Amino acid sequence: MPQTLYDKLMSAHKVLEQDGSTLIYIDRQLIHEVTSPQAFEGLSMAGRKIWRNKSNLAVPDHNVPTTERSSGVSSISDPVSRLQVETLDKNCETFGINEIHMNDIRQGIVHVIGPEQGATLPGMSIVCGDSHTTTHGALGALAFGIGTSEVEHVLATGCLWQNKAKNMKIEINGELSENVTAKDLALYVIGKIGTAGGTGFAVEFCGNTIENMSIEGRMTLCNMSIEAGAKVGLVAVDEKTIDYVKGRPFAPKGENWEKALKYWRTLHSDSESHFDESITVDANLIKPQVTWGTSPEMVVDINGATPDPELESDDVKAESIRNALKYIHLEPNTLMSTVKIDKVFIGSCTNSRIEDLRAAASVAKGKKIANNVKLALVVPGSGLVKKQAEEEGLDKIFKEAGFEWREPGCSMCLAMNADKLDVGERCASTSNRNFEGRQGQGSFTHLVSPAIAAATAIAGQFSGVDS
Amino acid sequence: MKKFISLNSIAVPLDRANIDTDAIIPKQFLKSIKRSGFGPNLFDEWRYLDHGEPGMDNSKRPINPDFVLNDPRYSGAQILLTRRNFGCGSSREHAPWALEDYGFRAIIAPSFADIFYNNCFKNGILPITLSSEIVDSLFSYAGQISIDLNNQTVKTDNNTYTFEVDPERKRRLINGLDDIGLTLQNESQIRSFETEHFAKFPWL
Repeated sequence: MPQTLYDKLMSAHKVLEQDGSTLIYIDRQLIHEVTSPQAFEGLSMAGRKIWRNKSNLAVPDHNVPTTERSSGVSSISDPVSRLQVETLDKNCETFGINEIHMNDIRQGIVHVIGPEQGATLPGMSIVCGDSHTTTHGALGALAFGIGTSEVEHVLATGCLWQNKAKNMKIEINGELSENVTAKDLALYVIGKIGTAGGTGFAVEFCGNTIENMSIEGRMTLCNMSIEAGAKVGLVAVDEKTIDYVKGRPFAPKGENWEKALKYWRTLHSDSESHFDESITVDANLIKPQVTWGTSPEMVVDINGATPDPELESDDVKAESIRNALKYIHLEPNTLMSTVKIDKVFIGSCTNSRIEDLRAAASVAKGKKIANNVKLALVVPGSGLVKKQAEEEGLDKIFKEAGFEWREPGCSMCLAMNADKLDVGERCASTSNRNFEGRQGQGSFTHLVSPAIAAATAIAGQFSGVDS
Repeated sequence: MKKFISLNSIAVPLDRANIDTDAIIPKQFLKSIKRSGFGPNLFDEWRYLDHGEPGMDNSKRPINPDFVLNDPRYSGAQILLTRRNFGCGSSREHAPWALEDYGFRAIIAPSFADIFYNNCFKNGILPITLSSEIVDSLFSYAGQISIDLNNQTVKTDNNTYTFEVDPERKRRLINGLDDIGLTLQNESQIRSFETEHFAKFPWL
């Protein structure tokens, strides 16, 4: 029977089935400091061991400072944040888990370093106590976020219980216009299907737009698939995937590489496979996107305006629009291009890879950020991304334009470290969530692509690249 | 894990769609390395008028009188009634920890986000999915609600609604079973799968 990519990945990891639930084997667990301490504590209390140390890889990312931190963990000024990173270090040492420490050049956001290190491989089952684990599906891996109880379960058993998701195909054809990126595509799709549009589904992205998209772009797209509620976001393995993986530290070598290639080339949906739902998107129609509200589905073209709740027929939706506009201090029918901003954040597991930084730098080159912009941050996704960017001179472009060039981490995406917005501040952000208070209590987040973030920093208000 | 068999309580009507886990428990409280003590900071940004930080004496903070959780009519309620896509966003299990620590044992909504839904079952909370129409009618009903997991029913004074729940999750919740212990009963099967798996995929 023809199978979808998701079906193939599920059956390759199936240990057993019981009352409709499947116990699947987990090849890789990525661990960070926020969602793991209680899992390790649970193991200790029950006197349990780690099932397979080698499957796990840890890195601190949420709490780490992005400012000068050469003295290591002691440079985290918030004692509660520091304790969390220290606890990760201690747990990894006690339980014998490979950890990339805070000042290691390879440190970075867990979803950036996984693929970068080759710790994410096609065909793997990958979990992490972090919803943006869907990122890794860009390499044809079965990857999804879990809670802390499940982190503990995977540590102790090497497995996880799963109820099979339905299959959804999102086929995207056509050429993305200049300065329209994977981020705009992701926001556009979420705007169409809503933040619960993918709930209960494994989503596979396909079509010639995806075939032509870089692996980093595919990661951005799969990363955001959780914002549509999807269980996983997937892209079939192709030669781009294989080129990307080749030579990375954790990638197979020699004879194993050849064996792996043979398997990886089977990682696509069969031609007659059944999808429970299919959506088609015309890439030619997509313009740069900006969110206006407090949910990623509240999105418009950069030239668009905030909606009018009076025109919405669904009462619950109209109430959501009213709540969002009230929170975010915007009136109905406001052109986004007239909205001034206070801060800019370029970074996060969505948009902090080298291509993202190149895109932003090419817009910022030779320009200056506007006077009303109090802070424009560039936070690379990993130490290696930072190094590469510096080798290309991107740091100089950013600094000359007035941006701050920081150390890698999650930073202002969720503001668990010192990088946050103050009450009433408005931010153009390349991150993934514009929820109330996400970047700081009482602050306003608007999601955009790196190019639009840079253009907006220069204009001081939401702006396309050319205007 | 805490058992869930049945429950009789009024419900707190939290009339908003798409409530995300950042709203349920804001990020500054995620720095804790413990599993308990999140209840006082449940819905922190809606519940209090000041900015909350870990370590504050929450009993001295100014409360938001307009937020439904602060309405004395709902004091002691163990059921949360809300709108679609509850628990979307971050996978933080601190969200069900906070709900449970506050005293909620069941949540009724037209739909839930996947990861949150899953996390509830690990913490003795029963998430119940009912149609938008039924949820609408529950919003206009203020009386006692009886939940019976065994029979999969939600009863009001005049109506009985049935709900769906995965049989395995139901069994574990009713008996308060330890997931890890149960899985490890299959240890030899996992070992033999693993041997075969690595023979097939030696690069893993």
